Amino acid sequence: MAAPGPLATRVAQLAEVPFADSLGDEVYFPIRERYLEVAGALRRADFDSCSDLCAVDYLTHLARPLPDGVTPERFEVVVNLLSRREASRVRLRVMVPEHDPVCPSLFSVYPGSENMEREAYDLMGIRFAGHPDPSRILMPEDWEGHPLRRDYGMGRVPVQFKGAPGPR
Amino acid sequence: MNAERPDAPPGDDRVTLGADEALRTRLIEATDEGAQELAPVDETSPVELAIEQGGVLRLPESETLDPDVADAAFGAGETMILNVGPQHPSTHGVLRMMVELQGETILRSKPVIGYLHTGMEKTGEGLTYVQGATNVTRMDYFSPLPNELVYSLAVEKLLGVEIPPRATWIRMLMCELNRISSHVMWAATNGMDLASTTMMIFGLRERDLVLQFFEKVTGLRMNHNYIRPGGVAADLPDGWEDDVEAVVDTVGARLRDYDNLLTRQPIFRERTEGVGVVSPELLLALSATGPILRAAGVPWDLRRSMPYLAYDEVDFDVIVGRAGDCFDRYAVRLNEVRESIRIVRQILDKMPSGDYRTQDKKVTPPPRARIDESMEALIHHFKLFTRGIEPPEGEVYVAVESPRGELGCYLVSDGSNRPMRMHIRAPSFVNLQSVPALLQGGLIADMIAILSSVDPVLGEVDR
Repeated sequence: MAAPGPLATRVAQLAEVPFADSLGDEVYFPIRERYLEVAGALRRADFDSCSDLCAVDYLTHLARPLPDGVTPERFEVVVNLLSRREASRVRLRVMVPEHDPVCPSLFSVYPGSENMEREAYDLMGIRFAGHPDPSRILMPEDWEGHPLRRDYGMGRVPVQFKGAPGPR
Repeated sequence: MNAERPDAPPGDDRVTLGADEALRTRLIEATDEGAQELAPVDETSPVELAIEQGGVLRLPESETLDPDVADAAFGAGETMILNVGPQHPSTHGVLRMMVELQGETILRSKPVIGYLHTGMEKTGEGLTYVQGATNVTRMDYFSPLPNELVYSLAVEKLLGVEIPPRATWIRMLMCELNRISSHVMWAATNGMDLASTTMMIFGLRERDLVLQFFEKVTGLRMNHNYIRPGGVAADLPDGWEDDVEAVVDTVGARLRDYDNLLTRQPIFRERTEGVGVVSPELLLALSATGPILRAAGVPWDLRRSMPYLAYDEVDFDVIVGRAGDCFDRYAVRLNEVRESIRIVRQILDKMPSGDYRTQDKKVTPPPRARIDESMEALIHHFKLFTRGIEPPEGEVYVAVESPRGELGCYLVSDGSNRPMRMHIRAPSFVNLQSVPALLQGGLIADMIAILSSVDPVLGEVDR
């Protein structure tokens, strides 16, 4: 187990959570089951706003540097929290396995994460348990697949006219 | 829509999710999570209903949502769901609003977005770090420079590159001028939405002054690709001080026109004062940032609170409103233009001399003259633009204050020349969540005024 991060002195729930310093940012890696508990504790510790939530697909880069005690999984949900009083940020990275791409929804702690979770679901296919409106947000409702996944091709615009000569 | 979608073209590198066909089927089936639209009340879950009624119940934690509080008292048949957009003259782009009305009162509403989605985050994964700035600059088309700035800052943080002071100050100058042009453009469209076509012309007139300066410096009026990892693309042209001075003097003087036309005008005030009032607590809970948060009385500005560039070396005020209504949002933006002018004047005095981009050879190509005489310089130039920069593995989140709020960039590098993930935290996208809260209980006639006061730029919302 890596040494606990600086915030662990203020937030007891962070004591057991693996910590990494990423270019000066504090990053914590709670497991999925404890994610909401940790976020709730941070919420009470003055991190009053969820700046950003996004999902990352590490399919092509599974062997990334992680602190001890963290099992690398294909997906990560990355949450950036902001404390206005301290003018500081903290980042949570939650591992989400490929075979079960489900993560608890942050909505009950930070309602502002609603659109961001919808976006993460839409583009990366991670489902947020407990989200009030888990519909797609950017893609059409009946779109197949989740375009931001690494195994989803870039796609291209089909040639509109059959007889038209190709680019080369 | 997928019915018309042709089969993936040959050579498509899409692969299946491993051998687990059942999983794939399940994921694809799970793809449809229901309609994005505003559904009739009896088909809507209580939590969702509460969001659409303005999220007033979405106060965090201690006041978790009680489904019984959601007001579903109005029966079917008494209300009407009205669709505004996606094509509507005053929805600021292709934004579609669905509102449920009882008489003229808005009971609940829901923005439906995605009409401008072009997958720019996906595109960003396919571009090298050098090319990346051309992509992000197209997101928020009214303030392209902060987009380039946040991307460049993220790449530089990954690389650990220091940029020279002149580049920092040029970036600050350009971003503040961009804030001016963005805010006057907002004032123009806001005036237009409230039926003041003169305001539209006024705003465009001032914005054009700034754009002309941008064209002189960057070669383009929009989508500049001027701020790049390592500095800026070119030094300021000769005589830039006079140009900038002319711009800020003129804009500053012409702000009086705005006051005469709108600020002191009874009709405008009637239509904006007390309209779309929202509490700061709610906005904070909904992660709103920028002028709409400051108009509600929260003095939160990243330039002041978490300074980047050299904002800690210039003197400016953070403009804060009190009532949190449409008029305050107007006043905050108008005064931010004045503050930006103040900052620009200080930049004029303090602009340091020196390099406009870093001399780090990993990031910056050799100067054009060297290429003619040195083979190595030619190779270096070629490698930089074909292969590009290769930052070390890592991830970084950087945020700046764009005219619309906190603009963030989350960048993941796997050590190659392309970002593995490039996520932009778009302020308009997040601020749009508070629209139902602003609209609830208001009149349909005020809807456009409120929507306009949030200032969503749909290019950035949908990315």
